[in-house]
Order: sequence, then C-alpha cells, then structure tokens
Amino acid sequence: MKMNINLKNRVAIVGAGLTLFRRRLKETPKELAWAAAKMALESAGLELSDVDAVVIGTAPDAFDGIHMKGEYLADGSGGTGKPVMRVYVGGGTGVFTPIAGWWHVASGLFDVVLAVAEEKMSPAMPHPQSVFAHIWDPIIERPIGPNLIWIFALEMHRYMYKYNIKKEDIARVSVKNKRNALDHPAAQLGAKITVEDVLNSEMLVYPVQRLDISPVSDGAAAVVMVSEHIARRITDSPVWVEGVGWSLDTVHWTGRDLAYPKYVECAARMAYKMAGITNPAREIDVAEVYDPFDYKELHHMEGLMLARKGEAPILTREGITERDGDLPINPSGGLLGVGNPIAAAGMMKVTEIYWQLRGEAGKRQVKKPVYTGLAQAWGDLMQVGTVIVLRAG
Amino acid sequence: MDEKVRLKGTPIKRFDETITVERSSTAKYAWTAGQAISRFLVELKKGKLIGRRCNKCRRILIPPRMYCESCFRATDEWIYVEPIGTVNTAVVSYITTTREKLEKPLIIAVIEIEGTGGSGLFHYLEGVNPEDVINRKVFGMRVKAVWKPEAEREGSINDIKYFVPITGGEEK
Ligand SMILES: [Zn+2]
Repeated sequence: MKMNINLKNRVAIVGAGLTLFRRRLKETPKELAWAAAKMALESAGLELSDVDAVVIGTAPDAFDGIHMKGEYLADGSGGTGKPVMRVYVGGGTGVFTPIAGWWHVASGLFDVVLAVAEEKMSPAMPHPQSVFAHIWDPIIERPIGPNLIWIFALEMHRYMYKYNIKKEDIARVSVKNKRNALDHPAAQLGAKITVEDVLNSEMLVYPVQRLDISPVSDGAAAVVMVSEHIARRITDSPVWVEGVGWSLDTVHWTGRDLAYPKYVECAARMAYKMAGITNPAREIDVAEVYDPFDYKELHHMEGLMLARKGEAPILTREGITERDGDLPINPSGGLLGVGNPIAAAGMMKVTEIYWQLRGEAGKRQVKKPVYTGLAQAWGDLMQVGTVIVLRAG
Repeated sequence: MDEKVRLKGTPIKRFDETITVERSSTAKYAWTAGQAISRFLVELKKGKLIGRRCNKCRRILIPPRMYCESCFRATDEWIYVEPIGTVNTAVVSYITTTREKLEKPLIIAVIEIEGTGGSGLFHYLEGVNPEDVINRKVFGMRVKAVWKPEAEREGSINDIKYFVPITGGEEK
C-alpha cells in the first residue's frame, strides 16, 4: 500500500547531463558543474530562466581545499540570484541531491529545480586518501592511524565470514561492472578483466585488493526536476520520482552489525512505502546500487531487499545481475567502472536509471523491458543510505 | 544517452607538468574530549577500561557516552569492564595510513567487549599470523588488552598497545 502523504506536486525528471569522469580533468569544479547542468537543461529543452531553484551536492570541502563549496559552485550550477541549497551526506550525497530536489518541487514551493552534483578529488595532494583521515573521531580513532580501506576491509571480511562468501564471488562484481562501463561514454575504467585479474591484483588490506576498489575521479552530473504540469507540457516520456528514502546511523560503527547495512534497509523501506512497493526483488526492474567497492554492491542489494541476506553473491554468480539478466544491477558500469567522483557518482546512477527507463541507454540498455528502477548511494562512516525509486511515464 | 555521446571534460595527461601551489594550513585544534571520553582517557591511563551503562536498554557503551542514542536518555552509571573481548572481524594491512607499503603487515580488528551488549573497539591485534586472519581462524577468538607500562601511558586509546589471544586455560 502506498504511503499516505499529501504532496502538492508529483515530481518528474525531464533532463540529465554528465561530464567525463577522469582521474584529473583540466576543468575547475565550476566548469564541470556548468557542463553537466547545461547538458541537463538542453536535454529538457529548458533555459536557465525557466529554473526556479538550484540544489547542489558535493562531498567534503577538503577535496577541493575550498570551504563553502556550495556557495563556490553556485554560479557554475546556475544558481546566481536564485534560491540555492547545498546538501551533504558523505558518499550518500549524489542520491540525496535529487531527493532534496524532489522535496523542493513536491512541496509546491518550486516548479523547476536543477539538481547538480560535482566532485573534484584530484586537487588534494599527494592523494585524497589523506583527506579521509579527517572523518574519524579525533581522540578515540585517529591515534590508531586508520586508513579508509581498513574499515571497508573490516566490513567486507565480516560479511564474507558471516555468510561464508568466497572472494571470487565478490570479484565477479568488479568484472561485470568494468565490462559494463565499456559502453558508458563517461567511463574512466571500462575494461575486460577476469576474476583471476582481480584475485591477482595488488593486496592492499586483506581481503581488499586493488581491483576491488573504484578509482579516484573528477566529474559532474545533473538532472532537471519539474512538477507534473510542467512535465506534461514539455515531454512525452517523463520519469516520475515515485519514492525517496534516507536514513542515518550513528558514527559508532564498531558497535554495528557489519554484515548487514540496516540503515540502507531503513532508507529503502521509506522509499518503497512511498512508491507502494511491497516485493522489491520482483517489482524493481533495474537498479543502480552503490559500488565503491565490489562487495558493497552485494551488501547493498541485500540492504535494499533485492536479494536475501548472504544471497547476492549467488545471484551474481548465476548472471542474474548482468544486463541481460532478470535483475540487472549497475548496467552503467557503476563506480567501479565509470568512476567515483563522490557526489557526481551517485547522481550518475540516477541519470542511468533515467536513461534506462526512457529506453535511451543505447548499448547499455538492459534486455528486459523496464518500468521501475532504483538508485542508491551510501557513505559517511559506513552509516548513511539514500534511495530513490523512479518509474517510466 | 547512448554510448556514442561525446561528453565534455578535458583529461590531463601529464600531471607532472602542472604547477602545484603549496599552502600548508596552520589550523590547529584543541578538541575537547568531553565529559564521557575525558573520564575514559583518565581510566585508560590507570590501565582500566570503563563504560557508561544505560539501564533501559542494558547496554554498556564503549567508548562511553553521557546519553544513550537509542533510548535518548542520560546514561545511568560508570562501570568498569574487563579489557577482554572476541574478534568480530579482522584484516591484514599491507599499507600505512597514507598508502605506503608496510614492511611488516599489520593486523587490525574490531573487538566486541565482553558483557557490553555489542560495544566494540577497533585496535591492533598481535600474536596471530596473517594466515589466521585469511583463513578466518581469528573470528570469534577471545582476546585481551596488553597495556603500555604505566610510566608510558598518557591517557590515550594507545595506552592499550594491542590485543592478543587469550591462550588455552588462561582466565582474565
Ligand atoms: Zn539505552
């Protein structure tokens, strides 16, 4: 049954834009935001003068070394002289940005909102890894000298232990996503690799190896979100936002069930309830699931209830999550293949579902007919889930 | 958007030819440890592990908090716990914090502190081999804290040097 909420406006996505994702792009953050925003507006057939408000998503200021990053990005994102809001929930930001765009329109406050996500990780020297050191508790955790990969390795290994999962079954995710990315025009790391390549890649923090991880990237993405009466006027194929959900756990990650992302389930339940979805594994036709590490795709499929606990590796091994499978996961190539400019990567997932539901994904188009799709992101100290459910008009 | 679309963006090919502006921040912070963690650090210096108990959900919170985030009420009392736990998960790091190669791999674990109802600490694990981690033998292993000598403790999480397995027959 659908959630009983009174929305002023039904909300549609009517345009999407992307830049290349690369380790280092010459463009500034503003120039990237502008390129993605302009492409999104043009694809919707709209001008900046049609836009009522702008929502910006970007992850830690420290990557760029520029504070007040929302304000900094405002002009490149089309926000000059308009109501502008920046949202931030770590790695979950890319999906949270269109969620914020949704409530701007659903509330009745605005009819046309431009949602822009940008990330430039290349300025941080010598490596953005050093910036991640600032996410831990300064007194209890930083003295131990944590590396970001440690905490993911700890989570991955707990997941493998609890469900007796083999490393090769996790590596299949990396193989699939990098291969899918060969057909994505923004992709940084599209490649034909084998499970053996992943298992033979440099061991960083057992069980995490080099090819288990998404790259460091620059890039931007944008979508145009409008109220129903505008959507009906400008397009025959709007993509409706049917459900949104988000949820945050505490930063006390060492006391958490590391084998199951409960906070992702909470976010998914909120979105499913709004969309009237009772059996997600059957009702979601295609999903873009957050995959900064290969195991995270599996972990998140389970949190999203697209697979039973511990069974996502089986679906992957059986080919069900391939583009021609029954439940295609990350047909774009995901973060592992397209790249991981943090906020822009989450938004890239939303753009992929938008194109999939419109049948515009070209060689990436999944084989089965798709009507309902989902995009999800995750982040902070392994504590946030953001989910959006989209439906073809 | 199909695979043939040409997207904007100009990859930089030769990064070594760019000019880097050096600016080191002089920002320094005097973080307060707060009410709960201040006491926690004082007790670590004495070689003791202390938590805060919530009498409603009956958890002992470590690191301690003055409030229980689940029940959203003040925690009730300070309570000492044995620095003993079981390994919830463990990994072998071949890299440092800043991603340089380590000569001797480091084992890091999340340790569930016994009797707390789920509180965990993450710390170093010694006395086991990387193979024990890789073959998952360490999961569920009982471990205890090894403290720095009293004179070297400074009220830090590193007053615990690391955790080691409790060998057969040994109790506390
Ligand atoms: Zn409580």
